[in-house]
Amino acid sequence: MSRTSRGARQRLLALSSRQHIEARWGALGALLGDFPAHRCVRGPETGMAMLKGRTGGTGNAFHLGEMTLTRASVALDDGTVGHGWVRGRDHRHAELIALADAVAQHAEWQEALEAQLLAPLAEELAERQRRDAATAAATRVDFFTLVRGE
Amino acid sequence: MYVAVKGGEQAIASAHRWLADRRRGDRDRPELEVDQIGDQLRLAVDRVMSEASLYDPELAALAFKQASGDLTEAVFLLRAYRTTLPRLAVSEPLDTASMRIERRISATYKDIPGGQILGPTYDYTHRLLDFLQLAGAEVPPAETRDDVTDAEPCPQILELLNDEGLVEQEIDDGSEPTDITRDPPDYPMDRAARLQMLARGDEGYLLALGYSTQRGYGRNHPFAGEIRLGQVEVEIHVDEWDETICVGEIALSECQMINQFGGSREAAPQFTRGYGLAFGHNERKTMAMALVDRALRAEELDEPIIGPAQQAEFVLAHADSVDAAGFVSHLKLPHYVDFQSELDLLRRLRREHAARQAELDSARDTASPQPKER
Repeated sequence: MSRTSRGARQRLLALSSRQHIEARWGALGALLGDFPAHRCVRGPETGMAMLKGRTGGTGNAFHLGEMTLTRASVALDDGTVGHGWVRGRDHRHAELIALADAVAQHAEWQEALEAQLLAPLAEELAERQRRDAATAAATRVDFFTLVRGE
Repeated sequence: MYVAVKGGEQAIASAHRWLADRRRGDRDRPELEVDQIGDQLRLAVDRVMSEASLYDPELAALAFKQASGDLTEAVFLLRAYRTTLPRLAVSEPLDTASMRIERRISATYKDIPGGQILGPTYDYTHRLLDFLQLAGAEVPPAETRDDVTDAEPCPQILELLNDEGLVEQEIDDGSEPTDITRDPPDYPMDRAARLQMLARGDEGYLLALGYSTQRGYGRNHPFAGEIRLGQVEVEIHVDEWDETICVGEIALSECQMINQFGGSREAAPQFTRGYGLAFGHNERKTMAMALVDRALRAEELDEPIIGPAQQAEFVLAHADSVDAAGFVSHLKLPHYVDFQSELDLLRRLRREHAARQAELDSARDTASPQPKER
């Protein structure tokens, strides 16, 4: 199984719903057995990110407005630190992302993390995005030109 | 002059309690849930987020509920909440070209890569009241086209169809934009700051100004080059990471307006552009914003400034509904002393006027004595 890079994992977990992550996290914990205890070393805390747009989509940057953003940093018992960031105000979501980030740094847990959490979430995300695309595609205009008779 | 006025505490408390009671409405009906607002009144939520300049659908829905549906009040509530949060990060510029498309149309090119996608639009509806909704009819789910396995890429039309250089290009010169939330606006204002102010501007106000340019007050002959709505991933740079990281996605609306020609002795004539970008599904807002953005480029493009929509300071200083509503609303604050002094002044002026009048009358009487009665 291909390993998800750190950035890709953060993205996947941020784009997945907290409920989906939590459901699979429980199963993962049972599987790992010696699942490490953790504590939050920063946050979870909610603040904002200023979002930039580009003039005309490609030109100079400008400030569009802000969005809520939550971050968390956790430390496992052995001192491994993980970080998580997510749009919105869901503290638990950020904490779970940080926890996954810490757990992923342990070679012995990587396979379970990949199989029990990341792969199924990636599938769910892909399915949701496919469904969205299929719904949008149903509203795509098929032009036809009327041919005038002689 | 403002003077502290005491009293009315009990009246205020009772007024707020009545307000809450009104908002709750008939207790025999279930209370409106914030999630329902986010789900079923999402265009209102999107407008609140956009004008409050804070993307958070749940809080915008809460503000909408708390304001009993008063959008301007809801914008004020969310904007006020915004001031309680620290800024944790600044995003990379959002890449609207990679948007997961829900709607994408062009009024200038018919056949475009990725196609014309109507999305969930009110366009082409007959604007007839739907009495089935009054009766609570079942709504069928959206259709899907199941031969679609992946979204077809939808490149930005204005970039793609510009081999001949007929349309002005927007190129990043790497300049760092000003931020009007950190540095108070200063005129003349560059385009980045103008766009930031327009993005949070009141939709009705921008719509009226955009409309005024179409009616001839600073005409610029617009075409809707491309309008797109959909989801865009947000990437930020954080210290702990080497690369930028994705923290989620947000809904955005974007309008690329193509306008009539600009050019100079050096540059050949080409179409110019106006740009609109807003949180959520806010198509009308982005169209109005693009019209006004273009109008505000009058000076840069050497156009005569003849319409209100072309006057940057007038347009931008009055675009924010929180500012505007605040200053208008302050007229409700007690001005008793202020008004008393006006009354005193007015009485004095009238006394003086009467005295002058009496003086004139008596002067006229002495100069040409006329018998009052024959």
